[in-house]
Amino acid sequence: MLRIECPCCGPRDHDEFRYGGDASVTRPAHDDPDPEAWYRYVYIRTNPAGQHREFWQHVTGCRQWMVVERDTRNHAIASVDFARKSTVRKQRA
Amino acid sequence: MSSNRKRLPVGGRIRREVPVNFTFDGRKLIGYRGDTLASALLANGVTLVGRSFKYHRPRGIFSAGPEEPNALVTLGSAGRREPNLPAATLELADGMVVESQNRWPSLAFDVQSVNGLLAPLLSAGFYYKTFMGPTRRAWMFYEHFIRKAAGLGRAGTGPDPDRYEVRHAFADVAIVGGGPAGLSAARAAAAVGARVALIEQDFLLGGQLLAEPSDSAAAGWLRQAEAELEGFETVALMKRTTAFGSYDGNVLGLVKQRDPTDPKPNGEARQTVTMLRARSIVFATGAIERPIVFSNNDRPGVMLASAARTYLNRFAVLPGKKIIVATTNDGAWRTAFDYAAAGAEVTVADLRAVPPAALAAEAARLGVVVRAATRIVDLHGGHAVRQVTLNGPEGQSSAACDLVCVSGGWSPTVHLTSHLGSKPTYRDDIDGFVPGSFPAGRFGAGAMMGTYATADAIDDGHRAGSEAAASCGKSAPVPAPSKLDLDETATSSLREIPSVGRGKAFVDFQMDVTTGDIELAHREGYESVEHLKRYTTLGMGTDQGKTSNFAALAAMAALRKATIPETGATTFRPPYTPVAIGALAGRAIGHHFKPIRRTPMHDWHMANGAKMLEVGLWMRPYFYRQSGRNVNEAYVAEMRTVRQAAGLMDISTLGKIDVQGPDAAIFLDRVYANGFAKLAIGRARYGVMLRDDGIVFDDGTTTRLAENRFFMTTSTAKAADVLSRLEFLLDTAWPDLRVAVTSVSDEWAAMSVAGPNSRAILNAAFPALDVSEEALSHMGLLESEWEGRALRILRLSYSGERAYEVYVGATAGEQLWSRLLEAGRPFDLKPYGVEALGALRVEKGHVAGPEIDGRTTLDDLGLGRMAGKRSGFVGDVLRRRPALRAPNRQRLVGLECIEEGKRLRGGAILFLPDEKPHGHGRGRVTSVTFSPERGHYVGLALLAGDVAAEGSELVAIYPMKAETVRARVVSPVFIDPQGERLHG
Repeated sequence: MLRIECPCCGPRDHDEFRYGGDASVTRPAHDDPDPEAWYRYVYIRTNPAGQHREFWQHVTGCRQWMVVERDTRNHAIASVDFARKSTVRKQRA
Repeated sequence: MSSNRKRLPVGGRIRREVPVNFTFDGRKLIGYRGDTLASALLANGVTLVGRSFKYHRPRGIFSAGPEEPNALVTLGSAGRREPNLPAATLELADGMVVESQNRWPSLAFDVQSVNGLLAPLLSAGFYYKTFMGPTRRAWMFYEHFIRKAAGLGRAGTGPDPDRYEVRHAFADVAIVGGGPAGLSAARAAAAVGARVALIEQDFLLGGQLLAEPSDSAAAGWLRQAEAELEGFETVALMKRTTAFGSYDGNVLGLVKQRDPTDPKPNGEARQTVTMLRARSIVFATGAIERPIVFSNNDRPGVMLASAARTYLNRFAVLPGKKIIVATTNDGAWRTAFDYAAAGAEVTVADLRAVPPAALAAEAARLGVVVRAATRIVDLHGGHAVRQVTLNGPEGQSSAACDLVCVSGGWSPTVHLTSHLGSKPTYRDDIDGFVPGSFPAGRFGAGAMMGTYATADAIDDGHRAGSEAAASCGKSAPVPAPSKLDLDETATSSLREIPSVGRGKAFVDFQMDVTTGDIELAHREGYESVEHLKRYTTLGMGTDQGKTSNFAALAAMAALRKATIPETGATTFRPPYTPVAIGALAGRAIGHHFKPIRRTPMHDWHMANGAKMLEVGLWMRPYFYRQSGRNVNEAYVAEMRTVRQAAGLMDISTLGKIDVQGPDAAIFLDRVYANGFAKLAIGRARYGVMLRDDGIVFDDGTTTRLAENRFFMTTSTAKAADVLSRLEFLLDTAWPDLRVAVTSVSDEWAAMSVAGPNSRAILNAAFPALDVSEEALSHMGLLESEWEGRALRILRLSYSGERAYEVYVGATAGEQLWSRLLEAGRPFDLKPYGVEALGALRVEKGHVAGPEIDGRTTLDDLGLGRMAGKRSGFVGDVLRRRPALRAPNRQRLVGLECIEEGKRLRGGAILFLPDEKPHGHGRGRVTSVTFSPERGHYVGLALLAGDVAAEGSELVAIYPMKAETVRARVVSPVFIDPQGERLHG
């Protein structure tokens, strides 16, 4: 019974969203030829009991991908932001 | 009324002027408005109500609430039949048809009660020890009979004509429980302006106050509290509503029963599930009285002391005139006093050496016999209790009786607060478990927190209600609630230690778990409560062991010589009480189970003999009845039409994505394994996408409409996934790319004209367009207008014949479809369905869903050359992993059946001709079709790359039909290997 505060559409039931996996992993550049980097990105997960950054897409709303910070122990959501914003921030850094 | 022989002439909360007719096992009985089924049965002198689960022992009414373990009945008939309902929770209504359960041929004479004689064989773990392990086959044989013998009621098998609803609701403060604490909490929250939902499973508010005499101070307090709450517009009093689950995000699952006494329900659903989202929740769920464990403690006529008091004071039923009250605490004495005042002959057997003097004095005044330090050790009686054996300081003695009221103390109802994983903690002073901790926005009040005295519970409710309102930002001073002091004494109770005579002493009545079973579990090492539960099935009944849990823990603790906290508590999970599947489904049944997607040409298909097929959410033509009597006949005929003349296929279900932006070509170059940057404007290309792990994701064609604009199609099944993936890559991987993607799947109707006559048909249908080989060659695009609507013609082929995909604005779809058929009539154009479509692509060796199954790579599918030496696309690096390039990986091959009159089947397992067929084989058949061109069955298969070259023989085994057929490995392209039919 999650409710996600979509920064575009407001608070919405999680039925409206699609889960997109771990947002804390770093995707290698599209032309990065290093198998190790891709292996880590695709397969290695920390699976924390606690705060977890993850992707959710508001599929029946604005269709934006979000980065949601969720506590895996109680589903409390600490923050929601557009994934595009956080990706740009990450890529600049 | 004469049939209500146990009913008192006055008192109670029943309306004697409204008699209610009902039947129990066919017997016509009468109760009154305000009765529950249980109270009406008791009033009619019915003591035997059901048979127990395993031993088929006679059972009666044990409680007055949802904790009832014994009196489970089946309500209604035909499709409305609902089994396993606790009689104590059923509001009596006119015409109710009730049946007892788990008995044959009748309740009074039950053949399987001999199970009781076989009891030594049926102890805990019996089934597993006897039928598992080396005798596992025996279990397979016996299970059917065992399940039939040990069971509950039967549900109806016909469709349920009633309607159910699921809805969502919101509140500031939700309060679970309408007893003194809950009422007080609701008042406190409502008084500061909070929107309050007060949830009560009973049809009356009041909780334990309803057990007080109807002319007492408690009744006055309740009337006032109810009137006060009714005065608030912001308070929803949700009666007949059970909170069955507590979920994340302060959500409660509620199920409401329609008022069964309402003669005109005006279409209200029989049951309504509400998902209530509250900003804060007050749990005021009360407490459940514990039974006492002694031999034959399950016989009809044994009842919880508080329940006996409820039946007397709320329902004016005097179930017994000679009663024994066996207790470990003060509370049950109130039952003794009220029964004595009502004229019964009462003996109190208190386990404690010195019961409180005040109680003893009151007992003396009312003529109640008191026996201190005394317990019941055995009970006699079959369908009704006749006599108990007492053991006390004066030794063993017998006492005749017709009702035994028991109280082993109270257990706070901590089920809902445990649902989110918070373990209850043990409190020594009340010898019970209370909620361990509350997350933000959740509060507890009253008996469920161990605050038992009514006066204290009211104050506690007031505090919790105020705090809950404050936690959603609403606070103001509120005058204290009116006082109600019921003179309850609360001297410490004594933990009861089970005393067992010769007969069975039950801990879990519903699951027939005895003290002997717990001893056995202990002896065999199942000491942890979670093991105990699974080994003995304790607490696994529909009542989830509401009355049994604590007694079992105490028994195990005693055996282990450990404390209760050391022994631990089991986990409670939703639902608190059983919820009908129909209620949870609501209206999502039949046609409404899932949405249905129809193409723009749907009505035409329906009107023209199409047999439709569900493909995901889509309805697609499977085949047309004009082509043949059944699918096998029809698809072959439709294939011939396409190969020899022309066919028309509705392909509107394809995913269609508009890709635009200055970087669109770069974007497609990255998402497809094959290159798109150099695709010329006006040309289409077949493309394959991989996942990041190098496995094939989806395929389709993409057409370059302009320098910065592409039109992508995806498979029907993956349309949503592909769009979402493209958006993911743009948002999270390459936000620097200036590209926008939009689904246009529903904007376009699409149809394919395939076959040698296809060009002639387009010429006839669109005389103004030039569709010649020069103007529109294979993989070419023609953009135009038709009847004022956008028109796109792509020369693409899936079948292997010359073919065109025609796209037009969705609303003109059916019109264009009809126009094409009309223009195609001289050229023998006929519609064809998905079965023929799939068969045609198999003949041509095109892969689809059965081959792109989430496990295959480009190389596996023979598409490795598409990627060539490219790099930098999604999935490129990990597709090069050694394991994905192993020579023994299963690869796409063609198969042809080489046995006359036999056929290949999708899913068949492939073996070498000389090996023993065992296990997963060397590969499997993925898609098959009869090939009219070859005259036999052909198929595609995934076959280990190192076992069989083209030309060698294999055996395809289909165990489901015990079929074995010989097949030859061939090229997967069965027709026109040079692709000559596509060009020219």
